[in-house]
Amino acid sequence: MFYRESGQFKTRYQDDQAVFTIAQDRYFVYAVVAFAYLVIPLWADEYWYEAVLIPFLVFAMATIGLNLLLGYAGQLSLGTGGFMAVGAYSAFKLITAFPDLNVIVAFLIAGLIAALVGILFGIPSLRIKGFYLAVATLAAQFFLTWMFNKIGWFYNNNPSGTLTAPPREMLGYTITSAHATPQTRYMIALILVTVFAVIAKNLIRGRIGRSWMAIRDMDIAAEIIGFRPYRAKLLAFGISSFYCGVAGAMLLFLWLGSVETEAFDINVSFQVLFMVIIGGLGSMLGSFLGAAFITLVPVFLVNAPHLVGLEMPTDTQTNIEVMIFGGLIIFFLIVEPHGLARLWQIAKEKLRRWPFPY
Amino acid sequence: MSQDRNIGSVLLDVDNISLSFGGVQAIQNVSFNVREGEVRAIIGPNGAGKSSMLNCINGFYHPQQGVITYKGVPRKQMRPHVAASQGIARTFQNIALFSGMSTLDNIMTGRNLRMKVNFLFQALYFGPARKEEMEHRLAAEKIIDFLEIEAIRKTTVGQLPYGLQKRVELGRALAAEPDLLLLDEPMAGMNSEEKEDMCRFILDVNDEFGTTIVLIEHDMGVVMDISDRVLVLDYGKGIADGTPDEVRANSQVIEAYLGVGHD
Amino acid sequence: MEILTAIFVSPFLDIASSPVFFAEVVISGILTGVLYSLVALGFVLIFKASGVFNYAQGAMVLFAALTLVGLMEHGAPEWLAIILTIAIMGAIAFVIERFMLRPLVNQELITLFMATIGLNFVLEGFGQMLWGSNVKALDIGIPDNPFEIHIGTESILLGTFDIYAAVVGAVLVISLSVFFHKTTIGRALRAVADDHQAAMSVGIPLRTIWIIVWSVAGLVALVAGIMWGSKSGVQFSLSLIALKALPVLILGGFTSIPGAIIGGLIIGVGEKIAEVYWGPLFGGAIENWFAYMLALVFLLFRPQGLFGEKIIERV
Repeated sequence: MFYRESGQFKTRYQDDQAVFTIAQDRYFVYAVVAFAYLVIPLWADEYWYEAVLIPFLVFAMATIGLNLLLGYAGQLSLGTGGFMAVGAYSAFKLITAFPDLNVIVAFLIAGLIAALVGILFGIPSLRIKGFYLAVATLAAQFFLTWMFNKIGWFYNNNPSGTLTAPPREMLGYTITSAHATPQTRYMIALILVTVFAVIAKNLIRGRIGRSWMAIRDMDIAAEIIGFRPYRAKLLAFGISSFYCGVAGAMLLFLWLGSVETEAFDINVSFQVLFMVIIGGLGSMLGSFLGAAFITLVPVFLVNAPHLVGLEMPTDTQTNIEVMIFGGLIIFFLIVEPHGLARLWQIAKEKLRRWPFPY
Repeated sequence: MSQDRNIGSVLLDVDNISLSFGGVQAIQNVSFNVREGEVRAIIGPNGAGKSSMLNCINGFYHPQQGVITYKGVPRKQMRPHVAASQGIARTFQNIALFSGMSTLDNIMTGRNLRMKVNFLFQALYFGPARKEEMEHRLAAEKIIDFLEIEAIRKTTVGQLPYGLQKRVELGRALAAEPDLLLLDEPMAGMNSEEKEDMCRFILDVNDEFGTTIVLIEHDMGVVMDISDRVLVLDYGKGIADGTPDEVRANSQVIEAYLGVGHD
Repeated sequence: MEILTAIFVSPFLDIASSPVFFAEVVISGILTGVLYSLVALGFVLIFKASGVFNYAQGAMVLFAALTLVGLMEHGAPEWLAIILTIAIMGAIAFVIERFMLRPLVNQELITLFMATIGLNFVLEGFGQMLWGSNVKALDIGIPDNPFEIHIGTESILLGTFDIYAAVVGAVLVISLSVFFHKTTIGRALRAVADDHQAAMSVGIPLRTIWIIVWSVAGLVALVAGIMWGSKSGVQFSLSLIALKALPVLILGGFTSIPGAIIGGLIIGVGEKIAEVYWGPLFGGAIENWFAYMLALVFLLFRPQGLFGEKIIERV
């Protein structure tokens, strides 16, 4: 009853093409954004920032990236970790080599470098499709992590092989490394994610998004329309890797503070893939929902036994967590293979009729 | 019917085309032409090579032999996106819509070649990008209007019934404002009402926009009614070419369809 | 300039200067390759029969090996342990069919693939919870006596174990090939892989078929587990072998049983040669990515693999 569109007329095409055509949706999103920007910084504590909020933002960025490539353009990539690594290491080298360089600018340049690498590894996508392409992207994943591991220059020859984010300031606030407060890092991450989410949405609703979806659905027909599959695919790889690269830089500088190459290994690629699929392929909302879900589940599993008063030996606990995680994924895929975003849509449909059953 | 059409000079000339896949000879030494503004039908029993012929015209298949001349430019090998940019649009026998997108989006994809604004502006979706998007939205809406599919414009095409999907596919082809429209069995699987509608649309397109139409169709009534000239293929060879009346009376054509036994 | 020589000249000189050593490297590669093939076979089976890419195959290998060792540690004689493990793998196949495959029938393949990733986690966690996560030695009595083949003044060192592995691999491949192409069940399996719905509508019992396939894959996993486990101990990293099987499948084609062997051999040999002769140039550990690069290059020229079916797209 409250969630109907009746009475909301659009008289210009512009309004019809807007992101949120239903007023209630718009207000809801404004509310969420306001909450994120205004309410959370007031009462979130360090644990929440470090364990939930900041990683959520980092992975939301990466998930949006992979969703653009997989959900919209239909190209299956398992190289997400590798591209995040490119972003992180590039940002690291840039920031350590140019101490006066603005951190955000460094992130953006790192993203561009990741985009170029992404395009390079996307070249096979013209000839290779589906699972085969996934395996080709694995080549990217393993090669890149091997390269960053082996070549000392990348980690400034630090004997332990780890990258440590040096403290850097912007507008008088320290925003990176352990010296920066979680609150500051959260805000920077939030701003980055907001801006890039808007950009992604704009790309999707225009010509580029359509060309990707055309390629995804039937690339032969797409060619007949005049789309160039090659260009569209490379653009998808490039833009997707840009997002993943920035996410990687965020992971290093805004979240963990120091990483080893393991932080970007194949497990991360799968993690982000889960986020995309469970959130919902081809859905911006889904990217956020999926990232939230996968970020929250381990946190929940770690804390749940304590909450219920159960104590378990750690390795049994780890094993059970792993099993539950796997089980949840299977369960989810059975219940709603189109992901959380679809569940949300269904809920909205029901909400339209509420409180009437039909 | 076809008398009032403004038929001009030759737009498409197919000269001695042969096409084979592995051992199978799909088309053998076929030649014909299509004049500007006319409605040209290609008919023949199943497997005669009709779809393959269309595929050659828009560059999907490359014939081993022969030349296709379009708008005066002879080509040995056409490519699909080049064909598209030259004003050739088509529909498919088995419907090649983008099943994950809405009707509106599908038709908007047809406008693709006319969208020029580069992607940086797209990212910001304002100014030139938005203006261009609205222009094309207007063009797409006109087509939606023309084809009477307003009610389903936001529906995902994968969920539409077959007949409507065919209509949307026609819309997508029209969105490109083509000079040459290739239709591969646009009325297959439709009931007579839907066929009448489809016929009306095709005739309107030819009438209002002067679009040249090449049409593969099995329904003889339709073919005889709306086409100016008919090409008949059988087993990859051209066996008749002329006006509907001429073709109807041709004994080879009758044989091909009814399969009169040879002694 | 030096780098160019180092890459394009020196390794070949090394090879030429000691052909016997080269032969040993090749043979060693062949043997690793056979082991890869065994794992790849499991993939091919399931893919061929249900179109599902079973990411959990590696976890199945690990689980089978863990179960076997676990049972033996509890005092079961080898033959009994093997039979019990086979039965357990069959039971697992039943459970997988009931709770994972059946609800997901007719879903897109990527969904099923994701489900097998979930399954991977479940099996890993479960196996380690049951049997612990230490490295275990697996010994079921396959003799590993070293013997030498003399060629001129040098000799190649081999072990009888390697011969056993090769023979086992060959036997498996041949029997599975025969099974798929000559028996009625084999035909049913191929039908299912092509199109679930069509297979159901001609009366092929999907459920039974799947249980059979996954059980056979479990058996293959057990064999692979035995071989790998005997060679390098049963441990967690066994499940990562699954990832290595992917380039094998690329080369051999996802649906070809002989392809799995040939692909495995090529990858095994290629990897070894690359590591031994080119590895030192790059600081070692080329094996991490060489197989994938090889597969990638291959794909560029032949997107469907050596033996895969050519994908013809019709409009």
